[in-house]
Parts: sequence; structure tokens; C-alpha cells
Amino acid sequence: MSANIDIAGMSNSETQTGAQAQADAKEVLLSVDNVTLTFGGVKAISDISFNINKGEIRAIIGPNGAGKTSMLNVINGFYHPQKGRISYKGKTRKRMKPYHAASSGIARTFQNVALFSGMSTLDNIMSGRSLKMKRGLFWQILHVGPARAEEIEHRAHVEKIIDFLEIAHIRKQPVGKLPYGLQKRVELGRAMAMEPELLLLDEPMAGMNLEEKEDMSRFVLDLNSEFGTTIALIEHDMGVVMDLADRVVVLDYGQKIADGTPSEVQSNQRVIDAYLGVAS
Amino acid sequence: MEGLLTGLDTFLIAPFRDMASLPDFLLQVVWEGFVSGILYALIALGFVLIYKASAVFNFAQGIMVVFSALVLVSLFDLGVPAWLALIITIGVMGLLALTIERVVLRKLVNQHEAILLMATIGLTLVLKGAGQLVFGGEPKSMITEELGLSTGSTDWEVFGGFVIFQHIDIAAAVIAIIMVAALALFFSRTRIGRALRAVADDHQAALSVGISLNQIWAIVWFASGIVALVTGIMWGARSDVSFALEIIALKALAVLILGGFTSVPGAIVGGLIVGIGEKLFEVYWGPMFGGGVEAWFAYVLALIFLLFRPQGMFGERHIERV
Amino acid sequence: MLYREAGQFKTTYADDQALLPIAQDRIGLLLILIVAFVAMPMFASEFFLSSIMIPFLVFSLAAIGLNILMGFAGQLSLGTGAFMGVGAYSCYKMTTIFPDLNILIVLLLSGLFSAAIGVVFGLPSLRIKGLYLAITTLAAQFFLEWCFIRIEWLYNYNDSGAIEVPQRMLFGLAITGPHATPITRYLVILSVVAVMTLVAANVLRGRIGRSWMMIRDMDIAAELMGIRPLFSKLSAFAFSSYYCGVAGALMVFFWLGSAEVESFDINHSFLILFMVIIGGMGSLTGCFMGAAFIWVLPVILRAIPTAFELDILAATMEHISSIVIGVLIIFFLIVEPHGLARLWRVGKEKLRTWPFPYAN
Repeated sequence: MSANIDIAGMSNSETQTGAQAQADAKEVLLSVDNVTLTFGGVKAISDISFNINKGEIRAIIGPNGAGKTSMLNVINGFYHPQKGRISYKGKTRKRMKPYHAASSGIARTFQNVALFSGMSTLDNIMSGRSLKMKRGLFWQILHVGPARAEEIEHRAHVEKIIDFLEIAHIRKQPVGKLPYGLQKRVELGRAMAMEPELLLLDEPMAGMNLEEKEDMSRFVLDLNSEFGTTIALIEHDMGVVMDLADRVVVLDYGQKIADGTPSEVQSNQRVIDAYLGVAS
Repeated sequence: MEGLLTGLDTFLIAPFRDMASLPDFLLQVVWEGFVSGILYALIALGFVLIYKASAVFNFAQGIMVVFSALVLVSLFDLGVPAWLALIITIGVMGLLALTIERVVLRKLVNQHEAILLMATIGLTLVLKGAGQLVFGGEPKSMITEELGLSTGSTDWEVFGGFVIFQHIDIAAAVIAIIMVAALALFFSRTRIGRALRAVADDHQAALSVGISLNQIWAIVWFASGIVALVTGIMWGARSDVSFALEIIALKALAVLILGGFTSVPGAIVGGLIVGIGEKLFEVYWGPMFGGGVEAWFAYVLALIFLLFRPQGMFGERHIERV
Repeated sequence: MLYREAGQFKTTYADDQALLPIAQDRIGLLLILIVAFVAMPMFASEFFLSSIMIPFLVFSLAAIGLNILMGFAGQLSLGTGAFMGVGAYSCYKMTTIFPDLNILIVLLLSGLFSAAIGVVFGLPSLRIKGLYLAITTLAAQFFLEWCFIRIEWLYNYNDSGAIEVPQRMLFGLAITGPHATPITRYLVILSVVAVMTLVAANVLRGRIGRSWMMIRDMDIAAELMGIRPLFSKLSAFAFSSYYCGVAGALMVFFWLGSAEVESFDINHSFLILFMVIIGGMGSLTGCFMGAAFIWVLPVILRAIPTAFELDILAATMEHISSIVIGVLIIFFLIVEPHGLARLWRVGKEKLRTWPFPYAN
């Protein structure tokens, strides 16, 4: 396991040439096979297959409306695909509920910040620990002994995340009032608190300025190399994608048009057509 | 087993046998239900107008009905001729609409739905207190004949019996149909109608294309004030003008659930379903429960309906996005 | 100046997560408790206790119940009155069936019935959201009201249709029924309310309370983070209804002495709703403030004509207080949608940083 993480960490710094060959040798964490998702008559995703290896950073890109967010929603069980199957850690579930996804180690952030706006930064990140907290009603009512110890133990973990993300100064502030860049960071913290094996990031850098993007990229890379978290991210900033990702899958109109290392994808004619348009 | 069968019989079959054995009585019950359904529909219509144009769930619609009817009746009691009293009342409702827009709505632009709902609950209290303070709390009778509405009735001989149609009920049905048609035209064909729908979708976007929120809001509140006045006259003609109506007006909520918050035809159909349904249930099934089931039938019906179709009768299925 | 936390260093997470992390707040609460438990019974008149303090405490508890559901779990309810009724009727039935069972135990058990009914009517909340949910609680309100009239077993077939509170003893002292003194009744209610408030505070700051707030703020995100909406929403309904049920039982047994269906009608649901709005959604302190405000304001308004020897009818003052409360609700929604509790917090915040308001 730790070997995998090292490889993943290295492949970031390496030139991307050998990445595909390496990936084949690695353990597949999640695989999506022939998934089709329709809303009424509209096909949001048609017959897409790809996989995510353990320890890698996998980017999903594509023009607006390509079905990227729908793909994430399928992965963590919020939408149920009409066809195809998804196996996670070698297990396939017919109809996965979001609850199951969360408890088996899939966390995510959202395109439009979906924080719990009435709660403080601290409480938001603590909420990521919900699944790890077990004390029942009796101890909750008394709030002494085990329930308190548990609360404090998780607080300590959350404080580490707060340190990591450099948001100690806004710990007690209600998140609704924070600037956008910080909200995105808190959201990442909340997902981190779940200690996920697979972290889905939906446009983590949308609407950020250059400096904020650099910070966020640093967190994503550190998260991947230090904690060994597998990351799948959707991003529109191609510079960020090319620098961060080990492998990229490109969607357009709900179909997969390319899959490979950043440099392979970059030179793919269909990708260029999708982004720049085809002269007819 | 025997008991179960008898139970099924009394519950599922006997009521229909009763219906078939006295068809003229059944018709009378349906007609009564139809008329109260129209009144529910009218109240719901006031809700829909405001909700469509401002996403405000106007809890005060019921009290507005009482308030407008009280103004009308009290003016007449003061010696104002009926036609003048009617005009003045319309003026009062216009003034009320302007005040509400200026004092309440303008300050709450872009707030959450629940906050707007609660503001109208506050408004209900104010109108109720003010109404009782000015007009007194005791029930008054509506000036039906003075307004040129007939109070007589027509008997219709059918199925070997006869069904009684109160003229005022027929008038209520006709007026309601005319009003709905006019509103439907207004919404679909006029510039203001389009602006109304734009405002409903997004306050800020509507502002940005030059629609005056304040004007639109004042107009819809005035329109639903007039709907309230008509409802008040019709309702008052059937019973009395009193604050008890306020509780009954809550049934319009059930109607809205059935028909959807933004659908004018939905309000009408929902109103009729609730009106006719609760009369039939009360008359044919009520005795099994010891009577009085009218008090909750509408809500339970709406609740059961919601469980199977959360989006309402005419609503489209909402796809949740993240 | 007095309200400043300088020098109070928190060195452990336990200190930082205490219910009242600031020493002055702890002292303040202690003072309030001393006044409530010691000074009130010693100095307050019977009238003050039985027509101001007792109703105030009962409504505070009911407001906490509604606030758990509405302010913390984000589920609108218009059926509070009926859930209070369920508590009251089950308390009455139990104590008449088992007259020897300690009344306090009966009281706490009666909340369970209300919780169960609450869960039943909360089930639709899994499919229905927001305003649509109001209708299910209205269904609960009117259906239960109907039950309170039609099911004669509930009031032991009394001709009056009312429930009459029998006398029950605790430590040889009458605490319910006509012979219980206002002081005893007050102290019993106060203890119950104090303990239940502490319980609510503990639950709300722990895992369960957090899951309610997650559902309230962003239900989809909560679900994707592993909160099961079924469990979370239903537990909120159960908790909320438990509190309302106990409040209803307290209301009948320790305040009114007898009750009919009118005591649990929709107007009471609205009354509690106003308390929560004015006090502040999502705040326990707010429940007490809202209850005090809504209950005491009309009392004061009613006292004005007599105080100034004005010739105004009581009914008139009733109407004026309705207008005043309505105006205040609108005013609060415009100026401070989070109610008195938020004003109080802002005030404390100002005090902390005074005289350098930009220091923070």
C-alpha cells in the first residue's frame, strides 16, 4: 500500500511519458463500465468506461454540459445509471446510496460550494467526522465520559486538517460570511475529515485568482502524496489539469472522446476539435 | 374472516350502494361540494397569483378575504350605497397592496422563502387585530341582494326527486370561471403577465432587464386583493362574514398541494377535488368515524397525494442537481 | 469592560468545547438559576408565579421542541399544539390507569407517545420538503384535534369532554391537582425545564445535533457525507415531539389543571411558532426570550388600561397586542431574521470588543 503511494507521488514529478504503462500495473480503485445515464429522453452520459487507479490524480475534463458532474454524481450514488456498472474496490453494487458511498470511503466537494452555511468552519469540518463517531443517544444526552472523549478526539484530528489548510484564523466563524476562496478550502477540509480513499473534487478552483489556485493545487498535491488519497477532479483550467493530473479522461456531449496522460490528451485531434470547434 | 368481509363491505361497498340508491341526494351532495370547492379554489387562486409573481407564500390570503368582506359590509352599515361601498373596498384593497409592498416586501427582496412566509404570518396577525379593532369580532351578514345577486333558488326535478340550486352558488361558479379565464389571458398575453413570470423566476435577473419589482408586486397583491373580495362576497353570502373563515382558508393549502403552487388550472381542479371529495367523504363515510371528518379530510388527502406525487398534479418532476 | 475574556486561556479542547466557554457567561447563568430556584419562590407573589412564570416555562419548553425541528433540523411544523395535546392526553390516561406511578415518571413517559406520533407524521418529510411539509403537520394538527374530540376513551368518557387533573403526591406533597400550591408547581416545572434544556444543549452540540444542522443547511451534501436522511429527520421529529409532548403535559398538569381540545388548537401552534421566530431560530436562549416576549407582552398591554385608569375594553387590548406582535414579527424578519437571540449575541460581541470595535 505504501509502495503505491510512493509511486503515485513520484509520478507527479516525473515526466509523464511512462505514466500509462505504470498505471496498468497498478491496482484499480474504481472502475466505471459502460455507464449510461438519462433524464427523461436526454442522455447525460452514454456508454462511458474508464477507471481510477489507487493513488493517482485523475482529471475529468470536457466542455460545459459534457456530463462531468453527472459522472461524479453517478460515482457517489446520487444518480443511478440506467445501464452499466460501477465497481469500487473490486465490489459492484447495483444501486448504491450516497450513504454507502460515503461509508466506503468516497468523499467529494461541489461545484457550487455546498457548505453548511449556518455552522462555523470548525463545525463544518467536524461534520465530516459524522460517520466515524459512534456514541449513542444516551452518552450524547449526558455529554460526559465516552461522548465527550470522542468529541475531543475528533476535534484533535480536525485541528490537524485546519492546520494543513491554514485556516486556523477562521475556525469559529460562520462559513456563510467567508470569501469564496476560503469557502472552497473549508469544503476541501470537510471532505478530508472523512479520511476518504477516493476524493472527488468538482471544479475546486473555479472562480479563484491565480494565487488561490496555486494554494489549492498545493493542497491537492500534498493531500495526494502525504495522505495517499486518490483524487478525481473536474477542472476547466487546462494549465492546472496538465500540471496536476496523472491521467485525464475527456468527455464531450456525454461521450468519452479521449483517455490518457495529459500530453497524449493534449495532442488528441478529437479533444482539440471539441474545445476549439471543427471547421466545417 | 367474516368480520373482515363485513368490514370491507361497510367501508368499500356500502357507501356506493347508498349513493346509487338515492341519486338525487348524491347529486345534491356533489353540487354542494362543487360550490365549496369553487370557494376553496378562489382562495387558492389568490395564493397562486402572489406565489407565481413573487415566490411569496401568502399566508394572509385567508384573512384578506375576511378583511375585504368586512370593509364592504361595514361601509354599507354606515349608510354608503352598495355600489359605492364596493368601489371604495376595491380602493382599500389597492391601498393595502401598496402598503404591503412598500412596508414589507420591498425590505425583504431576495430573502429565503420561509422568511417571506413568516412575514405574511405576521401580516395575518396585523390584519386580524386591525380588523377586529375596527369592525368588531362578531359575525356580520353579507349584503347579497344589495349587490344585485339573487338569493333565491331553483329546484331541478331529476331521478324522481329534486336537487336545489341556490342562485348565489350558480353566480359564484360563473364568476369564478370568468375570473380564471381573465387571469389566464392576463398571464399569457400581456406584457405585465410576462414580467410577472420573469419576476417569479428570479428577482435579480428580472430587475436587470428593467422590470420594476415594486410595480409588479403591487399589481399582483392588488389582483389577489380583488380575488379575495370576490371570495369574501361569495362566502359571506353562503354563511356569515366572520373570522372563523380564517381557519377554513387553511384548506386552500391542501388545494395548493394538489394543484401545485404556480398553476391556475391546478388551483381550480384541486379546489374542486377537495370540495367534492370532502363532502362525499363526510356524508357517506363520515358516520363510520363518528362524523366531523371534514376538518381533516383535505389535509390527509393532500398528504397521501404528496407521498405518491411530490411535485403536485401539474408540476414537472424536479431533478436535483449538485 | 466587565464582559471580557482576556486572560481566560483555554489549554484543552475540552475547555474550548464547553457549553459556556466564557467565565462571565457561566456566572450569569448561575445567577439566573439562583434567582429562579431561590429568589423567585421566596419573594414572588402567587399571581406572578402562576400566571407569568409557569406559562412562560411551559411555553419555553414547547418552543425548544419546535425550535429543534424548525431551527436546527430545518423542517417547518404547524402542528406543535397537537403534539402538546398528545403528551397531555397520554399523561392523563397513564396516570388514571396507573394512579400509583410517580407523576414525574408518567410525565416523562408521556413524551414518548408524542414522539411516536411525531415520527409517524414525520415520515412524509423524507419525500416532501419545505413548504409542502407544512401541510403534513397541518394534517397532524387537524386530525389529532379531531381525535381529541371523537375518541372519548382519551378523556375517560367525561361528559364535559375535558381532562381533569387528579391530585398526585411527591414526597408527601401535593404537586398536581387543586391543592398543589403555585410554588410547588413552579419548582417542579422549573426543574423539568432546566434538566431538559441541558439535555437539548448537549444533544445539539454532539453528533446527532450536528447531523440535524447538516440536513437543514444542505441536505444533499449531508447525504453525500454519509448522513442518512431517514434517521436524521425522524430523530429530529421524535426529539421535537418529545419536548412538545412533555410541555403539553406540564401545561395541563401544572398550569391549567384541566383542558379541552381548545388548549391544543392551531392557534397554540402559531403562538409557539411566533415565540420561535421572535426568539430566534436555531437558538436555545432564543426560545426563552421568545416565550417571555410573546407571553409577557400581552400581559403588560392588558395592564396598561388599569394602570393609567383608561377606559379601554380588555378585548381591545387583545386586538392591539395581536397587531403589535404581528408588526414585531415583520420588523424582526426585516431587521434581524435571527431574532432576539442574535441581537443578544451581537450585543455581547460589541461588549467584548468595546471600546475598540475594529480590534477583532
